[in-house]
Amino acid sequence: MSATFRKTEIILLGILAFIALVLLPALNAWTPPESFFHISNFTINLYGKYLSYAVLAISVDLLWGFTGLLSLGQCLFFSLGGYAFGMYLALKVGKLGQYKQDLPDFMVFLGYKELPAHWEPFRHFWFAASASALVPALVALAFGYLAFRAKIRGVYFSILTQALTYAGCLMFFQNSFMFGGNNGLTDFKFVLGHDIRNAATQRGLYIATGALLFLTYIFCRWLTQSKFGKIQRAVRDSENRVLFSGYAAPNYKLFVFVIAAAIAGLAGALYVPQVGIINPSEMATDKSLEAIVWVAVGGRGTLVGPVVGAFAVNALKSWATRAFPDLWLIILGGMFTLVVLFMPKGLVGLPGQLYSLWQKISRRRTNAPPDGDTSFPEAPSDHQNPNPES
Amino acid sequence: MPKDFILSAEGVTKSFDGFKAIDDLSFYLDEGELRTIIGPNGAGKSTFLDLITGKTRPDIGKIEFKGTPITKRSEYQIYRMGIGRKFQTPSVFANHTVYDNILLGLEGRRGVWSTLLFGRTSTEQRDRIYDILKTINLAHKANEQAGTLAYGQKQWLEIGMLLAQNPQLLLIDEPAAGMTDEETVKTGELILSLAGKHTIIVIEHDMVFVRQLNSKVTVLHQGHVLREGTLDEVRNDERVIEVYLGRKKNV
Ligand SMILES: Nc1ncnc2c1ncn2[C@@H]1O[C@H](COP(=O)(O)OP(=O)(O)O)[C@@H](O)[C@H]1O
Ligand SMILES: [Mg+2]
Repeated sequence: MSATFRKTEIILLGILAFIALVLLPALNAWTPPESFFHISNFTINLYGKYLSYAVLAISVDLLWGFTGLLSLGQCLFFSLGGYAFGMYLALKVGKLGQYKQDLPDFMVFLGYKELPAHWEPFRHFWFAASASALVPALVALAFGYLAFRAKIRGVYFSILTQALTYAGCLMFFQNSFMFGGNNGLTDFKFVLGHDIRNAATQRGLYIATGALLFLTYIFCRWLTQSKFGKIQRAVRDSENRVLFSGYAAPNYKLFVFVIAAAIAGLAGALYVPQVGIINPSEMATDKSLEAIVWVAVGGRGTLVGPVVGAFAVNALKSWATRAFPDLWLIILGGMFTLVVLFMPKGLVGLPGQLYSLWQKISRRRTNAPPDGDTSFPEAPSDHQNPNPES
Repeated sequence: MPKDFILSAEGVTKSFDGFKAIDDLSFYLDEGELRTIIGPNGAGKSTFLDLITGKTRPDIGKIEFKGTPITKRSEYQIYRMGIGRKFQTPSVFANHTVYDNILLGLEGRRGVWSTLLFGRTSTEQRDRIYDILKTINLAHKANEQAGTLAYGQKQWLEIGMLLAQNPQLLLIDEPAAGMTDEETVKTGELILSLAGKHTIIVIEHDMVFVRQLNSKVTVLHQGHVLREGTLDEVRNDERVIEVYLGRKKNV
């Protein structure tokens, strides 16, 4: 374990966690609204949403950047988690709904007198919270088992995950399983007994999402640094060699796929009470594609990249959808193209990219004199470090 | 009483789009034997290794390893039975360090849970990795990305991964390709040092190298065994001469 985290990283993580989990909520709660340091309820709510997107982005990158699986199904798992928790929230509305009855409004509207059996256990918070991770994980397990056994790879895997997402989307749209149809679940009132519109409740949800991001990061850091993580990246680079080295690559992929689904589900569960609604449009293909753009922009194959990307792209989106409401998809597509072409390592790779560019330029300049007393000797080719893991 | 071969292939045929890459091939290998397979390009040598290692499945025929049929097993199951392979074009983990390549090749448990929870490298394992790196002359490159190695060094790294695996049966496809004469001789010495402890099949073109190995030779031609014997017997066989020289005449 000690080799997993470097000291500077721990300090940096600690500072960031302090700012996000303690400082911002404190400024929101205890500074007067007119103060320069005040963080508004709107901002807390917005950042809370971004934090859950960041968790989703890490799950996308765990698949795409670390394992080479470009899954277009992560928003399905995100939504499944959201629905699981949304069902809990919908049941806690109680008699305060439009129809003043114990059932969720849409059921009353459809003439239901009793709660369907599969809704019953979602009255309990811990059941709903666990289900928000376990339901996506089980769907991923079943789907992944079949797909990886059948050796479905590359673009075929992407298409298949998209088909799965589409099927899920249709299923929720048609309301045949009583999940609220195209309106989804909304008008929530309480979470764990607290008024959901209350600033303190929203602050609590924000902190919980921040904590989830923090734990997700630490878990994924540990995972990707372990020997498992080395095999995971080997699967990405050369799956055949992994198979011929005796590792059951399908099992490794399945494991990551299930873990990523559970993480996405938890992110969805915390997203829903902060935006106040979950409906099938969260499963539409463009949502998965957006998450992929976050990862590409932030920096694929790193854990910081997806977080940076989720914040940067969504901040841009908040601004652009107000300034140029019709152009957002074009901006998004253009950004993706530019990043893929010119910034393969994304925003987090930009400093390194610029540094090597600068080195190249300055080397050309210093090499210009003919006697070439270059101050850039080649790095010694055999730097010896007997302990490559530290 | 039939003899117990470590590897036996009987009546194996494999065609690609109607073209028979392997045609009614039968092949037997004794435990501890070193065998060299030669044959013109396209004779089906690599395809034969594909069939043994589970990369492709035969249309008909059976292949047994230590008496167990293996044609229905997956690549990693066959590996775990004790068969290791070096590919014709070097196949290493390009984005991993040289050290990690050997580490991933190292024998030991390979399940998801064991690499997740018990994946720490012990001191003995680390020493073993460095021993192997010294054997293949790559200790000074331990921390470099395998993708940056020269072609011949990648060949050696892949052989190193085989050494780490310590399999019973080694399948080595054209190990000397891309190596200097000196490196080729060293590779030959390395293979000879493994012979006896392991059963080995080497595929090679380079006749100097084949002579150095000094083993029984199987000549493959159009997916079929043309001749087996010592190198001198094989070289003086009329059909073998015809296959090699006849092709040259036509070119
Ligand atoms: N996967 C494949 N698909 C189609 N043809 C193949 C495949 N693998 C091998 N072949 C063909 O089988 C023949 C034998 O190839 P190979 O075993 O690589 O020969 P070599 O003896 O040179 O190693 C070649 O004609 C090759 O094109
Ligand atoms: Mg070949």
